Amino acid sequence: MFKIIKQLTSVVAMFAVLFAFSTETMAAKKSKTLENTKKRGFVRCGVSQGLPGFSNADESGNWTGIDVDVCRAVAAATLGDATKVKFTPLSAKERFTALTSGEIDILSRNTTWTLSRDADIGLTFVGVNFYDGQGFMVRKGSGISSTGEFKNGTSVCTNLGTTTELNMRDFFDSRGISYEPVVFEKADEVVAAYDAGRCDTYTTDKSGLAAQRTKLSAPDDHVVLPETISKEPLGPVVRQGDSVWEDIVRWSLNTMIEAEEYGVNSSNADMMKTSNNPAIKRLVGAEGELGAAFGLDNDWNLRIIKQVGNYGESYKRNIADTGILPDRGPNELWTKGGILYVPPAR
Amino acid sequence: MNNIIKRYIPQILAILFVVLIFGFLTLNAQTNMDNRGIDFGFGFLSQESSFDVQFSLIEYSGSDSYARAFLVGLLNTLLVSFISIIICTILGVIIGVARLSSNYLIKNSAAWYVEFFRNIPLLLQIFFWYYAALRALPMPEKADAWFGVTYMTVKGYYIPAMVWENLNVFLYCGLAAIIAIIVLRNYANKLRDTQGKQIPVLLYSVGLLIVLPLLSFLFGGVSLEFEIPELKKLSKISYIYEGGISLPPELIALVLALSLYTSTFVAECVRAGIEGVSKGQKEAAASVGLTPNQVLKLVIMPQALRIIIPPTTNQYLNLTKNSSLAAAIAYPDLVLVFAGTALMQTGKAIEIVSITMLTYLTISLTIAAVMNWYNKKIEIKEK
Repeated sequence: MFKIIKQLTSVVAMFAVLFAFSTETMAAKKSKTLENTKKRGFVRCGVSQGLPGFSNADESGNWTGIDVDVCRAVAAATLGDATKVKFTPLSAKERFTALTSGEIDILSRNTTWTLSRDADIGLTFVGVNFYDGQGFMVRKGSGISSTGEFKNGTSVCTNLGTTTELNMRDFFDSRGISYEPVVFEKADEVVAAYDAGRCDTYTTDKSGLAAQRTKLSAPDDHVVLPETISKEPLGPVVRQGDSVWEDIVRWSLNTMIEAEEYGVNSSNADMMKTSNNPAIKRLVGAEGELGAAFGLDNDWNLRIIKQVGNYGESYKRNIADTGILPDRGPNELWTKGGILYVPPAR
Repeated sequence: MNNIIKRYIPQILAILFVVLIFGFLTLNAQTNMDNRGIDFGFGFLSQESSFDVQFSLIEYSGSDSYARAFLVGLLNTLLVSFISIIICTILGVIIGVARLSSNYLIKNSAAWYVEFFRNIPLLLQIFFWYYAALRALPMPEKADAWFGVTYMTVKGYYIPAMVWENLNVFLYCGLAAIIAIIVLRNYANKLRDTQGKQIPVLLYSVGLLIVLPLLSFLFGGVSLEFEIPELKKLSKISYIYEGGISLPPELIALVLALSLYTSTFVAECVRAGIEGVSKGQKEAAASVGLTPNQVLKLVIMPQALRIIIPPTTNQYLNLTKNSSLAAAIAYPDLVLVFAGTALMQTGKAIEIVSITMLTYLTISLTIAAVMNWYNKKIEIKEK
């Protein structure tokens, strides 16, 4: 009987998987997603609805940002052309359904890696491309200089369907402060509500605060408080069940980070083919058969570095030079005091 | 034999077709969910939700379960629907009657009102009230008092809260008044049918409703105090009102938009109902010596209601379903809390969407059942 009820209920609302035929098979070396991507001629990538520095479209529809660069790297590796990406802007609420239902193949949308997301809902996180933490923004005139000065009754604007909602509850609950959460689906609505004085403070990842501050009517009247109340490792996500595709995305990201570590960038990549260091030679496809493991040719990583650049170039172009977060903080290489550390490509 | 085949074969085929489609969809969903490693189950409902909700009618915190979060969202949906239905009915009746007025100004203002509010998409109206009208309100510290004790601010409408002592005695008195009114009405009807006497029932009813609860204040130990909202400083430049009740601007915008929009449809139903009663009825009633009041109450309204109720039911159903647009302006209704935050935190899309759909279906069917019952009660009884 229970089985019947279970089946009936699953019938009622299976939009996500309704007409999506079973596409994933457990093939050892073959990736269905890779095959489909090659057939289609472009990588389908889910991004944010506009977060400067991470994924943001200009007037003519060109996407830029470090999240965008991850998808471009995958396109360069698999299709040979970093511009062959179709970007789908998604709200926080839509993002996982879009991925699990097969509407997109990579979700690169400042998404926090957590246990329940990784294990529970058919997703796999492949790495971290930005180490972030949640913070608060307040008006300068308020005189508040630390999160310890929030009082009972503070209204807090934030985004729907994010880890932010949970962290903020943990934060205020543990301090015994009552607060009013005002939760919007779109980031722009949150910014507008905070700007209009609906809320006393605006909370999200600190990188997000820095980026959204530029959209306020008077950015200089606002300040981000120094405290960080959570760990937010942001990274690209793929669907569970296609481990080859998962590896391709993971190592495309790792290639960018390792390239920076070895000083390989978009302008010197070709010259590095004759380097004395075998690790560098592997990184530009001059030694070893690394691409074969994914069913790719041997120049896959060279193309990533040449067309997209290494992680440092991407960070500088998108986040430092735009004035969002000039200081790399934890997102510096482990060799330079940060925590960016990737397994060796060999 | 031939007849039986003709009659049953198409029906059996149709049923088979539906079963096959449903079977295929179920199987397809299960295969896809299995492949993607998504579990199906309702166990998450008893887990700790660990998120807070802006506005709740019942005690709720992040340490409560998802089931309770569902209840919070459901009650918020019911609250906004209930308030809006009452306002739109009152407004709708007034506007509908006004459209039939012989006064040129009243008649045309009502017509313009209907044409204006019914022809602008509801979502836009919600946005207008929320983003344009309510965002332009003053900050709490700059707000002037309305009626001396209420404050309309960008953070919400603050009104005094009632602090009761012995509230139950007061409620019992109210209940007693209602029972007395029902008894009185039955008695008055009987008197009218048997002896032809009329008693001013309405006058007595109002009297009873005022006097009995008043007595509870004098002799029942009931007392009522008002807790008036007071300005409190949160930081150098931000303030809030504490004490009293705070109605969030999201709720106000939603109620305004829903009730103004739906009232135009109700007004048209009312107008259609009254115009649907033929003139002869009114003239005949007047000619047997009924007063204009009696004509309206005993002849016109009973017939008009029969025409008004069924389409008005549709409007109530629409209003309730339209309340799900709340998600666009951060009012924590069922869709925002349960099909929004809870769905995102658990990832149980199929379970949560199906629960939400079944809930709206249940609410709609309940409203329809109540209205159908009322419709049955007032329809023509063939004797």
